[in-house]
Parts: sequence; C-alpha cells; structure tokens
Amino acid sequence: MSGPYRLVRARPEPEFEISVDGAPVAVVPGQSVGAAMHGAGIRSWRTTRFGGRPRGLYCGIGVCFDCLVTVNGVPSLRACLTEARPGDLVTTGEAPAPSGAGGER
Amino acid sequence: MTRIHDLAVVGAGPAGVAGALTAALAGLDVVLVDGAGRPGGQYFRRPAEGFHAARPGALHHGLDRFTRQWEALRERAEVLLSTRVWAVERADGAITVRCLEGDREERPRTVTARGLLVATGAHDRPLPFPGWDLPGVLTAGGAQALLKGDLVVAGRRVVVAGTGPFLLPVAAGLADAGAQVLGVHEANRRFGLARHPLLAAGRAAEALGYAARLARHRVPYSGREAVIAAHGETALTHVTVASLDAAWRPLSTRTVECDTLACGYGFVPQLDLPLQLDCATRRDPDGGPVVAVDAGMRTSVPGVYAAGEATGVGGAALAEVEGRIAGRAAAADLGRPTPPDPALSRRRDRLAAFARALQGAYPLRPGWQDWLRDDTLVCRCEEVPLSAVREAQAMGAVDARSVKLLARPGMGWCQGRMCGYAVACLVGEDPAPPRRPIAQPVRLGDLAARARPAPDGRKTSSEG
Ligand SMILES: Cc1cc2nc3c(=O)[nH]c(=O)nc-3n(C[C@H](O)[C@H](O)[C@H](O)COP(=O)(O)OP(=O)(O)OC[C@H]3O[C@@H](n4cnc5c(N)ncnc54)[C@H](O)[C@@H]3O)c2cc1C
Ligand code: FES
Repeated sequence: MSGPYRLVRARPEPEFEISVDGAPVAVVPGQSVGAAMHGAGIRSWRTTRFGGRPRGLYCGIGVCFDCLVTVNGVPSLRACLTEARPGDLVTTGEAPAPSGAGGER
Repeated sequence: MTRIHDLAVVGAGPAGVAGALTAALAGLDVVLVDGAGRPGGQYFRRPAEGFHAARPGALHHGLDRFTRQWEALRERAEVLLSTRVWAVERADGAITVRCLEGDREERPRTVTARGLLVATGAHDRPLPFPGWDLPGVLTAGGAQALLKGDLVVAGRRVVVAGTGPFLLPVAAGLADAGAQVLGVHEANRRFGLARHPLLAAGRAAEALGYAARLARHRVPYSGREAVIAAHGETALTHVTVASLDAAWRPLSTRTVECDTLACGYGFVPQLDLPLQLDCATRRDPDGGPVVAVDAGMRTSVPGVYAAGEATGVGGAALAEVEGRIAGRAAAADLGRPTPPDPALSRRRDRLAAFARALQGAYPLRPGWQDWLRDDTLVCRCEEVPLSAVREAQAMGAVDARSVKLLARPGMGWCQGRMCGYAVACLVGEDPAPPRRPIAQPVRLGDLAARARPAPDGRKTSSEG
C-alpha cells in the first residue's frame, strides 16, 4: 500500500476511469480531476495564451486558475476543484481569456 | 417568499463551523455555505469518502473534535456544501448571498439572512522567481491540500521552501507519506519563534516536534536559504537554492535536482465578500489588509461578522475561538441571552498575540526582488514580466493601480490573488484591499439571468 494510504489506513473503493486527452486515468471515488491527473504523473496540461507556457496544478485550492481543463465539453473548469465522475472526458489545451470572471477593480 | 435565516455563515473551516454551531446552539436559525464538497476548510481538509480512511486524523491534530462540531451543526442548521458564494449584498437590514451550486453545473441559488459571518480563510502567498510557473512548482498549501484531501503525494523528490512554521508540517507530511524531501529552506532564521519569550513555552514545542519528525526522515532544515529559481522545459527538473543575507539577497547558490517544489511565504486572507459590503479593513503587522473587527468580531457594517484568517492570519486554533466569539455576538445582537465569557476572550487575545509574534518572527524581506530577472513573470495569468512592470513605472505609473492599467498584472483569471502582494512590493506599497465585485467565476448566462437593477438602483454587471 502506498505511503499516504498507509498513513491514514485507507481502504479505498475500487477505482474508476476517466479519459484525459484520450488516455485512461484511474480515480479513487471522490478525488478531483486535477489530483487524479497529478497523481498519474500528468503534470503539465495547459499552455498559456501568449507564451505557450506549460501549466498544471499550482495552488491546489481553486484560486490560481492555472489548472483549467475542459470536462465533457464544459470549458475552463478548475481541475483541482472538480470532482471526477466515472467516464469523464477531460481535454486540455489553451484556456480562453477570462470572460465572466471579471477583473479586480 | 424566500426564507430569511437569522445568520448565514460562509466557510466551513474551523472558524465558520465553530461560529455556526455556537449561533445555532444559542437559538439562531443558521445556514452555512461552503464551495468545497467536504467540510473542514484548509486545516481540517480530509480525504475523500471513497478512501474510507480509518485514521484521517493522522494528518492533522484535533480532527475528531472538529468532526463532532460538524455533526452537531448538521443537526441544528442548514448546510450547503459545493455551493460557492460569488456576491453578497445588503439592503434593508437583510443580506443576500448569491451562490452557485455544484462544482461544474453552476445552478444559481440565493440565500437570505439577517446577519452574515464571513469565515472564508486565506490562500497561500507566493513570491515570484524565475520559473515559478513551471508545472511541478506548487504552493506549500497546495501540496498539503493534495495530500490531505486526495491522498496524492505532490512528488517523488521534493524541495520545500518559503518562510514560516507552516513549512514544517508540509515537509513532515510529505516525508511521512513517502516523498523524498530533499530539504526545507526557511528564508528567515529557523525556529524564529522559539526565541520569542511569549512563545518559548507554547507552540514552539509543536515546531520542535515537526523538526524531530524531519530529522527522523533525514530531511535537512536550513535557515537563511531560499529557492530563487526553478528550471525545466515542460516541468520542473531542478531548482537553484541560495543562501541569503538578512535582507534575503542571494549570497551563494547551488543546484538541486527535484521533480517538485512546494513553496509558500505565508497567507493572504480572502476578503472579497467583506469588501463587497464595504467592511472597514486594517493592516496586519505584515502590511496586508484584513477585516477590522471589534471584541465581538463585528465588522464596521451592522450585522456582518468576520472570523478566522479573514481578520488576520493566525491558524486553526485562533480561527475556532474567533468563530465562537462571532457566533455569540450574532446571537446577542439578535436578542438571544448570551452570558459573557471572559475566558474565551482572553484565549483569543493570547492566540492573537501569538499570531502577531509569529508574523514578526517570519517577515518578508525585500531582497526577494533581486531573485527576479527582466523576463521573470510577475503575473502568471496575464504573463506580465518584470520588465513590463518597470516599463509602466518608467511611463509614469506611480502606484500598483496604474501599473495594472498599463501592464495588466492582476487582470487575469486569478484577479490578482497570486501576484497582488508582489506587485505592491515592486512599486513600494502595502497591498491594497482587493476590490472584486465577483468573488468566484460566473458564466455569463448565469449573470445575465439576474442582471436586474439592484434595490438601490445600481445595475449588477459583469464588467471587471
Ligand atoms: C491551501 C492551504 C492549506 C493549509 N493547510 C494547513 C495545514 O495543513 N495546517 C495548518 O496549520 N494550517 C494550514 N493552512 C492555514 C489555514 O489558513 C488555517 O490553518 C485554518 O484553516 C484557517 O481557518 P479558517 O476557518 O479561517 O479558514 P479555512 O479553513 O480556510 O476555511 C475557509 C472556508 O471558506 C470557504 N470559502 C472561501 N471563500 C468562499 C466563497 N466565496 N464561497 C464559498 N465558500 C468559500 C473555503 O472553501 C473554505 O472551506 C492552510 C492554508 C491554505 C491556504
Ligand atoms: S491549482 Fe490553482 S486553481 Fe486549481
């Protein structure tokens, strides 16, 4: 059993699969899309608008917006906040400019 | 007719849950709202149910106590999880809390209450350095959240850097969970707090406990050191560690190979909601704005209370005490009998003094600005390099606000949450209270559905 599971004496439910850009990623029920990707070794999954720079998880709690993904066609979801559901189709790539978010004033 | 609660609480961390429970026990009709799917906030973040963790408390002290409070609260109050608050408004003595339900669906939902307790906590405070946006570089809190909430170890070979005692539980947790922690680099002195007379007896022991755990895992803990650059093509491969002088200017450097860096320079309180209501702020000892409150955790706006990190960064124990005080004040203000509890107030004063001393022991020194190069991104979202900030200043921008108008730092997705502190420092200001009319992203359709004139005639819009 891996380190963190042993630490909290976890007896995880059977994993389910999601697809990330076509590749299967295993998820323990309740994990976020971003945690499952990071745990599976997928570290960078989006490129920035101007510099094409790679991004992945940064803040882990939904404040930095680096981890944006598209899930089942819904764009600009924060992977670190979105709980994975069996069969989710996750696609990565360039995130659009913020629209409804509104800037800081 | 929508139901009007006595008290709406935003935040299911230690402050919000203690506040909601105290108010409910005093007889108030309470509704508690949190954007996360599970209660606990940052400190009491616990593994997803699917793990069936028999010892979730292995990752934090006091989880059992928090869980009892949560169970007691659920019997006495309405709790709305996975419900993000994006705006609060106050009119005619009632507060309207505008929410979106669901982590991807975004069903609009409105909660109305006579009073509001803001317990929205904080987020990590990053400092920029070359390469800080490479995948594999995480905030210290982010690494901790991955571990506590998803049982994912942030990396195999991990470097921990930043300032403050929070680095120690982060490093110890990672090491306990099987990561090879190559070093903890504290930019100030190590055990800065142990030297403070007020602290020597108290929580210094806790820090020493973590240090012992690190020693067991053979993790070096060094003072006056920082990671001043991160390197790699598509993800982190190595970092530059520097020894620092007292002002944090690099003295000498070395390279450390690693796949992950967990880095944090303290916390920034989340003030979006109280600022939407024009609650007065004051400066914490580190110069950052926090909500100003009286001895009952009342803000300057009648019926609005704040507790936890939003009133000054002080950790989970202080947050809980403040929550209880706020819950009592809310009950008293609505006419419920609440006998005074001087012991509780004394406890708050003690813990708050401790928090101030901690901030004093782990200040941020200006030498970090020497870590930046011209092309170092200051703002990750809008990809604004240091040179663009300097150009804006050369064009006559004298403050953070005008730098923002010219060079766009803070205008992107995160609304300045990640770069706000650094930009303020670069222009020589204390960070200003952030004005974010929309605290959480809202799809335009949802906004349009309610873009009707507000009671005072203003029109709500999505303009930033
Ligand atoms: C990522 C991270 C990890 C941390 N880990 C630790 C740790 O391991 N140990 C430690 O001692 N300290 C940790 N801290 C410090 C932490 O701030 C305090 O320990 C403590 O959790 C503060 O309690 P609180 O009740 O004030 O706020 P929090 O515990 O932060 O709770 C705030 C709650 O408000 C909710 N919220 C915020 N805004 C909204 C909104 N607009 N709508 C709906 N809900 C909202 C959040 O989802 C959260 O659940 C961490 C901080 C961060 C940022
Ligand atoms: S990692 Fe920061 S928003 Fe998801």
